[in-house]
Amino acid sequence: MPNKEDILDLYFMDARCKLIDIAAFLDRLDRHEGNTDFRYEGFNQALNAMQNPGAVPRAQAVLEALSDHSEEPIPKATIQGAFGAPRLEINN
Amino acid sequence: MPYIEPHAHMVSRTTADYEAMAIAGCEVICEPAFWAGFDRSSPQGFHDYYRQLTEYEPARAAKFGIKHYCWLCINPKEAEDAGFAREVMAIIPDFIDAPTVLGIGEIGLNKNTISELKIFEEHVELAKKYDLPILIHTPHLEDKLKGTKLILDALKNANVDPSRVIVDHVEEHTAGLVLDAGFWAGMTLYPESKCTPARAIDMLENFGMENIWMNSACDWGVSDPLAVPKCIQEMKKRQLAKDLVHKVVYENPIKFLSQSKNFKIDG
Repeated sequence: MPNKEDILDLYFMDARCKLIDIAAFLDRLDRHEGNTDFRYEGFNQALNAMQNPGAVPRAQAVLEALSDHSEEPIPKATIQGAFGAPRLEINN
Repeated sequence: MPYIEPHAHMVSRTTADYEAMAIAGCEVICEPAFWAGFDRSSPQGFHDYYRQLTEYEPARAAKFGIKHYCWLCINPKEAEDAGFAREVMAIIPDFIDAPTVLGIGEIGLNKNTISELKIFEEHVELAKKYDLPILIHTPHLEDKLKGTKLILDALKNANVDPSRVIVDHVEEHTAGLVLDAGFWAGMTLYPESKCTPARAIDMLENFGMENIWMNSACDWGVSDPLAVPKCIQEMKKRQLAKDLVHKVVYENPIKFLSQSKNFKIDG
C-alpha cells in the first residue's frame, strides 16, 4: 500500500489544479451578470459538506449533498437528463 | 494484462475501438441494451437493435479475437410510456435463446418515476421467468441515491437472489448500500460523471475486492473505451498487487458472468 507521501506524489498536483479550477469557477460566477440557480446552491452545500463531512468520508458527503433525498417515485418525468444538483421543484 | 470489459455500448463505437481494445488486452466485451441517444419510434426499431446486438456485434468483435455478449431489455429512459415499453418487452423472448445473450439489462431507473419503476419490476419478473441474471443501471447524478434505494427495495420485494444481480454505476454514496445487501456492484469509469480511476481504486480500498467490477460503459457520449486498461495502469501506480488487479478486471467478471448459461471464457 502506498503511504501518505506516495499519495501526495501521485495526486497533489492534480488536486491542486482542480482546486484552483473550482476557485476560478466561483470567481467567474461572481464576475458575470445575472443570477445563479439551484446548482450554485447545491455546489456551495457540497463544498460545506466536504469541509464538514461528519461521520462519512468526504466524497460520500459531497455526493449526498448533491443528491435528491426524497423517497417516493415521481408521477412523471419532465426531462430525460440530470443537472448534477437536486432541483426539488422539478422532481416533486 | 488480459481484461474483460463487462459494460460497453459497442454499437456506438468504431471498429478502430475494437482494435484498440484488443491490443490493450480485452478478451470479452459485454453489451447491455441501452438508450441510443434518442427515443425509438416503434418496437420494430428495438427488434433491429436486438438483431444488431445478437448477430452483428459478435461478428464485428470476433474479427479482433474478442468474444461479444449482450444483455436485453428496454432501457429506463424509454420506459416512461409503459404501453410502448411492454410492446418492446414482448419481443425480448424471441431473442433470449440467442447464444450470446447473458440476461436482462441494463434495466433500472432514470428519473425515478412511477412508470419506470413498474417497468423495472416487470423486467425483473421476466428475468425470474427465464432464470436469467440481471444487470442494473442506476440513475445519473442527483437521481442516483434515491434511484438506487428504490431499486434495492424493489429487488428485495421481488425475492431475487442478490448474487445474480449486478447494480452498476455505483459511486461512494451507493456502493455500500449495494454490497451490504448482497448484490454485486459495478463501477463505471467516466471522464466527467460517475468515477475516475483514482476514485474507483479508493472504492476498492474502502469496500474490498469481492463482488465488484469496473467498466468503461463507453457509448456515444463523452466516454473512453480504454478506461479499464487505463485504470489497470493507475492500479499499478497505486501499488496494487498484480493478482488483485487481475481479480478485479478478469476473475470477478468471470465469476459473475458465469452465472449465465451462455457465458464461456474459452469457447
